[in-house]
Amino acid sequence: MDPNHYLVLSGMLFTIGAIGFLVRRNAIVAFMCVELMLNACNLALVTFSSHWGVLDGQVASFFVMVVAAAEVVVGLAIIVSIYRTRRSASVDDANLLKL
Amino acid sequence: MTLLEVVAPQAATGAFSLAWLLIALPALGALVLLLGGRRTDRWGHWLGVATPIASFVLAVVLFAALMASPAEQRAVAVPLYRFLEVGGWEVSLGLLVDQLSILFVLLITGVGSLIHVYSVGYMAHDARRRRFFGYLNLFVTAMLLLVLADDYLLLFVGWEGVGLASYLLIGFWQHRRSAATAAKKAFVVNRVGDMGMVLAISLMLATFGSSAFADVHARAGELGAGVATTLGLLLLLGACGKSAQVPLQSWLLDAMEGPTPVSALIHAATMVTAGVYLVVRSNPVYAQTEAASTAVVVVGTVTLLFGAWIGCAKDDIKKVLAGSTMSQIGYMMLAAGIGPAGYAFAIFHLLTHGFFKANMFLGAGSVMHAMDDGVDMRRYGALARVLPITFATFGIGYLAIIGFPFLAGFYSKDHIIEAAFEHNVVVGSLAMLGAGVTAFYMTRLMLMTFFGTRRWADGVHPHESPLVMTVPLVLLAIPSAIGGLLLNNWIGGWLEPVVGHGEEHGAPSLLHFSVVGGLTLLLVAAGVALAVVLVGRREVPVTAPRTRSPFVLAGRHDLYGDAFNETVFMRPGIGLVRAVVATDRRVVDGGWTGGADALAGLSQVSRRAQNGYVRSYALTMVAGAALVAVVLILGRLG
Repeated sequence: MDPNHYLVLSGMLFTIGAIGFLVRRNAIVAFMCVELMLNACNLALVTFSSHWGVLDGQVASFFVMVVAAAEVVVGLAIIVSIYRTRRSASVDDANLLKL
Repeated sequence: MTLLEVVAPQAATGAFSLAWLLIALPALGALVLLLGGRRTDRWGHWLGVATPIASFVLAVVLFAALMASPAEQRAVAVPLYRFLEVGGWEVSLGLLVDQLSILFVLLITGVGSLIHVYSVGYMAHDARRRRFFGYLNLFVTAMLLLVLADDYLLLFVGWEGVGLASYLLIGFWQHRRSAATAAKKAFVVNRVGDMGMVLAISLMLATFGSSAFADVHARAGELGAGVATTLGLLLLLGACGKSAQVPLQSWLLDAMEGPTPVSALIHAATMVTAGVYLVVRSNPVYAQTEAASTAVVVVGTVTLLFGAWIGCAKDDIKKVLAGSTMSQIGYMMLAAGIGPAGYAFAIFHLLTHGFFKANMFLGAGSVMHAMDDGVDMRRYGALARVLPITFATFGIGYLAIIGFPFLAGFYSKDHIIEAAFEHNVVVGSLAMLGAGVTAFYMTRLMLMTFFGTRRWADGVHPHESPLVMTVPLVLLAIPSAIGGLLLNNWIGGWLEPVVGHGEEHGAPSLLHFSVVGGLTLLLVAAGVALAVVLVGRREVPVTAPRTRSPFVLAGRHDLYGDAFNETVFMRPGIGLVRAVVATDRRVVDGGWTGGADALAGLSQVSRRAQNGYVRSYALTMVAGAALVAVVLILGRLG
């Protein structure tokens, strides 16, 4: 098993997530892009873990999943409530928090 | 000059151990009246009257005890407590009751009590009468502390207390802008003199390690000429401030803004006499320095002519009296500067002046009371019949001040003029001239106020003052008349242990007429005659006539004392302050505010990065992460 394939895939996924987050305005899509980046990281962690034969990377990826799950709970709630009050899920419309 | 042996004071026993009550009683009065608030409004003024009278009674008891004791035991020290102790330097506070201070205590409490009684009537319609009596008591307290202190440091406490009380009283009608300004002026001018006092006390502490009278006077002989002269001049500066001597005279005329009893208290019993007391008390210092003594003589002579000049030109009855006070205090300073030959005469004149000046000021208050508080003598006239008691008592004061034979001022002023002649013919002649001018302006005042035609303003109905005001007038007129006779043969011997003994000159006997005395009398008569011709024989115009005479104009403007202060001190002072402020603003503050402005500008620019768009933040983060990655990779490669 060549870890390079997995790492390339992980890099591609991360890049797609990052670019998607930068160019898309819809909050849900942006959110999904963030998840994509997190999972790209998970993939890299697991790859290295299996390559070196230690469990550290897998443990770390569990932590990432827990954080991601918590983030989804909070983030979706915020997005829904913003959508309810402003009738919009565009991240560019929620731009009042500034100096 | 005869050197003086400093007598060690006796320890206090019997009544003397109660000497602190002299000060404590009026202090208590002031405390109750000022802290008691409106609750004391109804009876406060009577408490205010009672405390100085109680002090006076105690002073009489102490005086009698001093009289009864042998001459060498007439200085009694009353230690109070140790004020501070730092290393080898110790300041104990105590009172000194001796021949000199007891005379002052009697004058302050005696004349002060009468002024208090008079004020009950004078201030009857003032809503803040209780507060007025609180301030009066404070004034008396401070002045008693000043004269009873046995240490220049404690004297200075009283000295400042007098300054504070005079400020409060001159500005008592503070709703009047002129009164508030006058109070401030008196305070500021006094500060200049106080600076002299502070420096003098510091010099004493540096030289002797002590500022107690006993130490300073006992060791004054060790002083070098330079130090002695400096000390003498600094003390003179302090005395000039309090006693309104040239060049610090400008506050006295404006101080007339206070209620009239305050003027009487300042001019007769307290405050202006403090400077004379200081010089006389410091006589061992002045014995060491010819230069400083001469300076005292010059200041006194200049002031006595200065005050007389102003007195001639004013139409405000109180300002004429104020000019005459300056002039009379000038006589006292002159006598004090002459040395041991003059000290007793200075105190003698101070006492008689205390009587007749208080008498005349209160009389002027009585006239103002009758004339609806008008002070312009051009609006008076023909008041002799309307105000018989005021006229009679004022007349006695008038005769006393011009030196009418056998009245108080005759003896005291004559002695000073004679002593001045023996000291220096020029000074003597000027002092004699001053006596003639005094006669002129006082006669002018009498004629314009009590004689001539009625020039009253419309709606003024003069009436004699109530008994509570006239009785003090009568009681003050008595010593004004006979005070000189009583004290003349006695006071020199009484004060000798404190001020030293002058060379014997013409043992002052009752019917003693010297050539100088005769000449003085002639000059006085000439002054009176001149006033009768110039004022009494003519109709007095209701408004002051316009004149081009530089003498009159100068007199009306207080000899340009204020203008002088303004051009020499005030305007350059304002310029200096402006320059300092500008330097502070531009240079010192400029550095700091400039730096702060630059930082603020930078923040203005960088805050634009925070624009509220999440995606731009994300771009920043990605760019940052990329940057970190690049740095890491480059580091790995290196």
